[in-house]
Amino acid sequence: MYESPYRRPLITGDDTTYKKISDDIIIPVEAKPTQWWYMGFAISLAFLALYVWAIGYLLWNGVGSWGLNKTVDWGWDITNFVWWVGIGHAGTLISAVLLLFRQKWRTAVNRSAEAMTIFAVVCAGVYPLLHAGRPWVIYWALPLPNTYGNLWANFNSPLLWDVFAISTYLTVSVVFWYVGLLPDLASVRDRATGLKKKMYGIFSFGWNGSAKAWSRFEIVSLILAGLATPLVLSVHTIVSFDFATSVIPGWHTTIFPPYFVAGAVFSGFAMVLTLLIVARKAMKLEDYITLNHIDVMCKIIMVTGSIVGSAYITEFFIAWYSAVEYERYAFVNRMFGEYWWSYWAMMTCNVITPQLFWSQKLRRNITAVFIISIFVNIGMWFERFVIIVTSLHRDYLPSSWAMYSPTWVEISMYMGSMGLFFTLFFLFAKYVPVIAVAEVKSIMKTSAEKYMKITLEKEKAEESAQHSHESHHA
Amino acid sequence: MSQKFVLGYFDDEETLMHAIEKINATGTKIYEVYSPFPIHGIDDLLGYKRTRLSVAAFVFGCIGFSLALFMQTYMLGLSKWSINIGGKPYLAWPDFVPVTFEGTVLITALGMVFTFMWVNEFFPGAVEKQPHPRVTEDLFVLAIKSEDAQGSDVQSIMSSNGALEVKEEEVML
Repeated sequence: MYESPYRRPLITGDDTTYKKISDDIIIPVEAKPTQWWYMGFAISLAFLALYVWAIGYLLWNGVGSWGLNKTVDWGWDITNFVWWVGIGHAGTLISAVLLLFRQKWRTAVNRSAEAMTIFAVVCAGVYPLLHAGRPWVIYWALPLPNTYGNLWANFNSPLLWDVFAISTYLTVSVVFWYVGLLPDLASVRDRATGLKKKMYGIFSFGWNGSAKAWSRFEIVSLILAGLATPLVLSVHTIVSFDFATSVIPGWHTTIFPPYFVAGAVFSGFAMVLTLLIVARKAMKLEDYITLNHIDVMCKIIMVTGSIVGSAYITEFFIAWYSAVEYERYAFVNRMFGEYWWSYWAMMTCNVITPQLFWSQKLRRNITAVFIISIFVNIGMWFERFVIIVTSLHRDYLPSSWAMYSPTWVEISMYMGSMGLFFTLFFLFAKYVPVIAVAEVKSIMKTSAEKYMKITLEKEKAEESAQHSHESHHA
Repeated sequence: MSQKFVLGYFDDEETLMHAIEKINATGTKIYEVYSPFPIHGIDDLLGYKRTRLSVAAFVFGCIGFSLALFMQTYMLGLSKWSINIGGKPYLAWPDFVPVTFEGTVLITALGMVFTFMWVNEFFPGAVEKQPHPRVTEDLFVLAIKSEDAQGSDVQSIMSSNGALEVKEEEVML
């Protein structure tokens, strides 16, 4: 395939070889963890402990220990659920959608982005489980016969669709990720000795790198990507149905599915950047996760951020245009009501900050990207908070209007879920190659700086040879 | 069960492909090629037919679709204990779209992956049948059964076409 010489390299460095790629990416798995790793892991574990404590407290005392009331009966729990699920979406987008589009830069970030997906969905899943109030009978949400205590599950309910969507999403993400891991686990196995070799041997399922296996591997990846692409769109669509199929002003909106999906990708890429900017530095992977990778991801943030921004404006316009007074009130209340600060936090972080990425200078400035990515994460959290809380706290009956603020249990559960997420991520970074080694090798000849230079020189030589040939004839 | 193989070791996929073309010209049957990453176009050179895994995917998809749709139809409409929800129709077909879709995707993905593991004989703890541990790092190995290599000069073709080393060895592949 013709590769433009003007395309920026995806692997930098003058001494790239297959061996070096393996070494660079696998050595962090083989070496003893650094002090930074221990420190980060310890902090994550501390937050995880807080999580366990808060959940224990919640289970002992009941959902009443949250700040919810009769009017605002969805609060931080559902906000966090939607936020975490949304974050997961970038991983699938990178590994599935970009695979279908044959985007080569995907290879450096898909592994970690997909790990992030899985961990984020795990964090998300805990919230509805606990919100159900009695998680020990959560199996009532499964389609089980009446003898198990429930009636047949109600398939007309978007909440039940969500159970199916999230669990399918988690399962498919895990198998997709794991199939992709096999060659790299085998690579670790073949470099190791002793117990390590045995353990990685068990988990690499006997991968042998034969042409047959590779050929099947590629088809399986392609089909899983083809499945995961509509799946990822369906998941956040269904999450948005939780709101959109209700008759609450501010929720009852047909624009929700695409708007939620764009928002999910937007926040997911922000989280990918937040994580990878640190990881590439800490694990010395700057040659593989280059400024060019960061640059393209910033562009995606800018595009999805603009979609989200125009969705906000459309929503507002339609609320006015509908001439439904409740609908109008809901949106004016968002802007200027009691929770005005959350609305403006959302608008600033989600609509204004991503527009900064029109500047290439900022897209290639790591500190700036890191800060903006955090802003986007905050903004997307506020988006969910705005949608949920401001729509609920003023209902049809003014006598039941109420305010909502979280208790320490909700705050601890939110911070604690970060602990769970980062604990899992630190373990992942220690035990698994964070970049898909085999996939990076497969793009080395076309996209590594070293080989691109060689190709360019060859072309130049050919061109000048032709040129001198022609001039000779003239 | 180990067998005798002629193994050619290469360090670059392009020289390997070139050597395969030369060997194909002699008509010698190549047993298998091992590489650290998928090599584009090698299936055609080795005469591999396109895998039928996509057919399996389609079949699993049909199963998943029917199962999910039947489950919902049965539980809400056909079973003795179907639920009357606010007097609405028992079988509200549009409501079944999301779960039917998720069921299709779930069964297809799981079915595909299990088929993939099955045909490759991959399972937790399986012993890898590979000629050299470095094939997952930077080594490309071309394996020909010794019995197939007899009487042809594949060994010299490989070494004159960029093989680092050519060996005859008893390995389990």
